[in-house]
Amino acid sequence: MSAVLQNLVNQPYKHGFVTKIESDVAPKGLNEGIIRLISSKKNEPEWLLEFRLKSYQSWLKMTEPEWQNCHHPKIDFQAISYFAAPKVKAKLKSLDEVDPELLRTFEKLGVPLHERMAMAGVAVDVIFDSVSVATTYKDKLAEVGVIFCSMSEAVLEHPELVQKYLGSVVPPGDNFYAALNSAVFTDGSFCFIPKGVKCPMDLSTYFRINTEESGQFERTLIIAEEGASVSYLEGCTAPAFSTNQLHAAVVELVALDNADIKYSTVQNWYAGDENGVGGIYNFVTKRGLAEGVNSRISWTQVETGAAITWKYPSVVLLGDNSVGEFYSVAVTNNYQQADTGTKMVHIGKNTRSTIVSKGISAGKSNNSYRGLVKIAASAAGARNYSQCDSMLIGDECGANTFPYIQVLNNSAQVEHEASTSKIGEDQMFYFAQRGVDAEAAVSMIINGFCKDVFQQLPLEFAVEATNLLSYKLEGSIG
Amino acid sequence: MIYQDSKILLEVRGLCASVNGIDILKDLDFTVRSGEIHAIMGQNGSGKSTFAKVLAGHPAYEVTKGTVLFEGQNLFALKPEERARAGLFLAFQYPIEVPGVGNSQFLRLTYNTVQKQRGKEELDPLEFDDFVREKMKLLEMSPDFLDRSVNAGFSGGEKKRNEILQMALLAPLVAVLDETDSGLDIDALRIVAQGVNQLSTKNNAIVMVTHYQRLLNYIVPDYVHVMEAGRIIKTGAKELALELESRGYDWVSAEYKGAAKAAGRVSA
Repeated sequence: MSAVLQNLVNQPYKHGFVTKIESDVAPKGLNEGIIRLISSKKNEPEWLLEFRLKSYQSWLKMTEPEWQNCHHPKIDFQAISYFAAPKVKAKLKSLDEVDPELLRTFEKLGVPLHERMAMAGVAVDVIFDSVSVATTYKDKLAEVGVIFCSMSEAVLEHPELVQKYLGSVVPPGDNFYAALNSAVFTDGSFCFIPKGVKCPMDLSTYFRINTEESGQFERTLIIAEEGASVSYLEGCTAPAFSTNQLHAAVVELVALDNADIKYSTVQNWYAGDENGVGGIYNFVTKRGLAEGVNSRISWTQVETGAAITWKYPSVVLLGDNSVGEFYSVAVTNNYQQADTGTKMVHIGKNTRSTIVSKGISAGKSNNSYRGLVKIAASAAGARNYSQCDSMLIGDECGANTFPYIQVLNNSAQVEHEASTSKIGEDQMFYFAQRGVDAEAAVSMIINGFCKDVFQQLPLEFAVEATNLLSYKLEGSIG
Repeated sequence: MIYQDSKILLEVRGLCASVNGIDILKDLDFTVRSGEIHAIMGQNGSGKSTFAKVLAGHPAYEVTKGTVLFEGQNLFALKPEERARAGLFLAFQYPIEVPGVGNSQFLRLTYNTVQKQRGKEELDPLEFDDFVREKMKLLEMSPDFLDRSVNAGFSGGEKKRNEILQMALLAPLVAVLDETDSGLDIDALRIVAQGVNQLSTKNNAIVMVTHYQRLLNYIVPDYVHVMEAGRIIKTGAKELALELESRGYDWVSAEYKGAAKAAGRVSA
């Protein structure tokens, strides 16, 4: 790799600061006592404690998945603290009572919490370590019947909804990390869009890990009733620590008849340094159930951070004519590893799914797409189109594609396309000869490569993603 | 055309350059004045294309000796993109494909970058669209070129036209055309040559690197240079190209060696 490309990809991480704030951290380790502690700290109802304990029991019987194309030392689950929260004196009545240090933190991250300064038309729920610290525009949303609040609050104020849907898409025993999450999840966002309501603004959650020895285990649940629609955005950052932090989230989406959920993520967890020291282990289970007829669930993700990313946002296409979409850009640099993709499970008739995955690898990183397209015997007339493109920057990185296709119905159509390309010295020289510097050249090449995915993102997010990518890859080309 | 009041645009003195440790250019001298059209000819491996790439600053080539002044300033002090912005253009022998990047977007970026450098007005996408379509007429290019990815899937002739289109947009002071004629059929050659001729003015200069006299029927050079073993061994008027066409290169080489011997120099 030329020096120019090198420098381009190796920009420092700008969200790596730590907020000095007094925290309430649970002792390290995982046992029933800790789970009871978390549950009682949150004043949870009995049924939820049981849900947690049952999940813990199944987790104990499970082993960590090892089939993914990622390598890391064994995680010591007893060395993690499962609860960390900024200390608060009493329940907050308004944003004015939020610790100013926290407000400054989120302003620094570009997520101002005061509604008057907040991004126009986007309601934000902010999760700091284990707890939600603020949710904006809650009242305005309530006027149209949209419930948008932290999961802890939903458990207390809308227990019937939470109990009905929690674990209905990702059951506690689904996989090792989902079971762990189900046992110890601390907070997350809850969105409920009632029948016939088009959510008047984008909903968004911003996740921030701040404590070195805690993990973040958030749980997000989005329900769109008949004919409802919502666009939800998720962003994440963490300080730069030399140790690894575990982020094991579960996100469940439920779309009833004619409902539409669009879920967009720009993930920028700390990725570790240029030698691969530190960084977040991002082990996430995301799944949507397109339960109703003509329902639609669309995942768009831009994954740039984390030392290891292991996630497969999926859609179970249960309702007839339902639609599942997955648009992904995953960028890895230095020693980052990503094994990401999707699962599209077609059960209903005439269900359709689209998968567009763009992997960009630089440095010594390893980037894998892994996807499953399953057409059940019942899914007459189902269709899938998959496109998986990889781009290599330099010659020490790797890109892999692992598509799994299972078709049990003769009337189904499944297409898969894949390509690999490389940004090389010659392309860079060509741009230079036309007066364009390396930074602008890389940005144009990468954006061209990711165009199909970026155009799925809401405008502000698209701009952020574009900047993030140029920034991330600055110095890597050569 | 040769003008009395021309000024020196490019002045190459004693240039030596190597790639992967192999010396390619050896003590090359070359001068270009405004208004002039030069043709550099020579056999394969004589260093013609290397010379073009060294001028543009290709990272694979190392300059080991000599100087190049571009409008009086040290060319080697400039990065490749700075050379381009200063007005040095290279039409690539093998234009690079950039899949996914729209041609119109790419053309506008390069145009605006250079305009900005020159303190001139940048164009928004709509203005640029009108502007570029006008330029494309010059090269008889269909507008759908704009919607395709940069050079991706272009035929050889289409790629070369796209190069000359960029030359038209960037309006360089010195344009080096590296074998722009190779891979072109007669019609395409005529169109590309016409385009180049229309871009040639009293204030700029064109340097064509070519194997064939054919191109020179369309773009008539003021000077024809013969390169061998990394240096220019003979310079003549346009008739020299015709002579090379009929007699080949050996006699030039022999003549050069004879002269070198007579002058008491040892041939490399």
